[in-house]
Amino acid sequence: MSKKPSATIEQKPNASSTSHGQAPINAALTQAQKIELFSQMVRIRRFEERSHRAYTGKNAAGGPNIGGFLHLYNGQEAIAVGCCSLMGKHDHVITAYRDHGHAIAVGMDTKALMAELYGKVTGCSKGKGGSMHFFSPERNYWGGHGIVGGQIPLGVGLAYGVKYKGHKGSAMAFMGDGAVNQGAVHEAYNLAALWNLPCIFVIENNGYSMGTSQARSSAGDLAKRAEGYGMAWGVCEGHDVYEVRATMDKFLNIAREECKPAVVEIRTYRYRGHSVADPDNTYRTKTEVEDYRRTKDPIQVFQAALIAEGVLSSESAEKIDEAARAEAEAAADFADASPYPTPEDIQKDVYWESDNPDQRTSQGRLFFN
Amino acid sequence: MSQLTYREAVRHALAEELTRDPNVVVMGEEVGQFQGAYKVTQGLLEKFGPKRVADTPISEAGFIGMGIGASMLGVRPVMELMFWSFYSVAFDQILNNAANVRYMSGGQINCPIVIRGPANGGTNVGATHSHTPENILAAHPGVKVVVPSTPYDAKGLLKSAIRDNDPVFFLENTVLYGEKGEVPDEEYLIPLGKADVKREGKDLTIVTYGRPVIQSLVAAELLAKEHDISVEVVDLRTIRPLDIDTVLASVRKTHRVLVVEEQKPFCGVGAQLTYMIQAEAFDDLDAPIGRLCTIDAPAIYSPPVEAEQLPNPQRILKAALALLD
Repeated sequence: MSKKPSATIEQKPNASSTSHGQAPINAALTQAQKIELFSQMVRIRRFEERSHRAYTGKNAAGGPNIGGFLHLYNGQEAIAVGCCSLMGKHDHVITAYRDHGHAIAVGMDTKALMAELYGKVTGCSKGKGGSMHFFSPERNYWGGHGIVGGQIPLGVGLAYGVKYKGHKGSAMAFMGDGAVNQGAVHEAYNLAALWNLPCIFVIENNGYSMGTSQARSSAGDLAKRAEGYGMAWGVCEGHDVYEVRATMDKFLNIAREECKPAVVEIRTYRYRGHSVADPDNTYRTKTEVEDYRRTKDPIQVFQAALIAEGVLSSESAEKIDEAARAEAEAAADFADASPYPTPEDIQKDVYWESDNPDQRTSQGRLFFN
Repeated sequence: MSQLTYREAVRHALAEELTRDPNVVVMGEEVGQFQGAYKVTQGLLEKFGPKRVADTPISEAGFIGMGIGASMLGVRPVMELMFWSFYSVAFDQILNNAANVRYMSGGQINCPIVIRGPANGGTNVGATHSHTPENILAAHPGVKVVVPSTPYDAKGLLKSAIRDNDPVFFLENTVLYGEKGEVPDEEYLIPLGKADVKREGKDLTIVTYGRPVIQSLVAAELLAKEHDISVEVVDLRTIRPLDIDTVLASVRKTHRVLVVEEQKPFCGVGAQLTYMIQAEAFDDLDAPIGRLCTIDAPAIYSPPVEAEQLPNPQRILKAALALLD
């Protein structure tokens, strides 16, 4: 796999942004806000590319920079950015293990994210979670979960919590197309619909689960399954951040105002393998990947739209890209220079009580070594 | 003091905590309108309304996961599993999400959730409904596991569990639900992780928890009357955190130990206990540690034989005598 940065911002996309730019939620954006959306997408792309280089490279000691799995978000950026840009004070987000994009979109510091990938104590989870487990509760971001579909009931619980506390808000529970056949997802659908919980189930459909295509893994239409639960549903294209925002805004408002759930399938594509360990040569063709990148790259599509609107110039886009590359590089430098957790840290953050010994009410041994 | 059944003691704990803290909610299958499959939650829906006492569909992975998610936002759900045996269909939620989310977030999140329900054999319901998963639950750092044996303990421990900021798994017992005991009229709490010496003795320590506590007390009485043997019965009450100090103090007094548990032997709670006792009180032991468990097979249905598969006073008595030979 090429180590060359892959965002081809110079190229002209065939698929231009559509009338969704005229949707009220998008028409209301200031120029600065539009540039911020664009910038976030570019920052995610550059972060992912830099983390991929770190993963395949070696540290000064000759060992790997990053352990375990690395699931990259390249190609799907408009979804996390579009959805998270709609969040208000009482809107919450939870997702699966392809979680870097959402983390950046909710405003997490890329230094802390990269340090987490490196397993460093300065990481967003102190080096205890890794790539699949980014969390930022203060930004209403509840992870970052490793088991396919396992986070979806938690998302319903967030929506339940919002409603129980009387807040006007929502939970966006993200999953991939591979999650839709998990039982926990269907149990969550039923509860959300039965109890009128403000949960939007967002299927980021990149077409391949891990390496089994939608046609080979899922019967029927994915979002339409909502009808079985009496839920609203929608489908939109994920390469156009305007379309993502216009579609999600509609369902989020229903969730917030009427406490109603919905299933939204957002069609997208991932440029990398399922994880970096996937050689990506068994279940799809290089041509297919390249065709999508050439015609529907979300960054190129949005850049073209913003240039057409007179919001952005090629020069300013280039500057944003340079800044994003520099940010990713600085994040890697920060991660590289940061210390690892110590063995003494292993048993911290296990129990609330052992982390707050002055407030401990239980007795006896909590740990067994 | 009042005489309450174990069932009533649990119900009173729920009612008191629902009254005390508006963030506490009770959820589960048939907990409301049906009044509880085992009538533990009887009357709570009428008293607290459907927002606080909510019937869920038969959907353990869904509603337990929902409770965990809500707990991350500061709701304090008390989730009823009609049987703890059904934990297997919510395993990922209980032991990946509730147990791990604090750690994986670097301590940014805590889950103040209680999952409660009966976990026992002895009711002739076969292997699927007779699991005692306290060992499996307690094997996961991040969770707490409570197995009360008396009405007094059940009430005081459940109130502490509901106020606890970590996930607490509370294992009750359908055979004990109708058992009566003295419970104070005034409010009280029992800290998690504090064992209770239910009977003092000098010749043998029985370390146990849950229903076998009651059976061990019967056996201890028989041993005293018929064999002039003085047995000390230590009720762990909580499996994790574990009050090993009270166990070791008893071992240092009696020098002989029998661990009794309603568990299968392999990797059961008793395996951990016997390891810790020999490691920390080896020189105080006058005999190898004995262990009496449920006979190692899936729970048999046949009613008279199931009673023999489980610990019972006669099996405990025989095991104690063998140890004192």
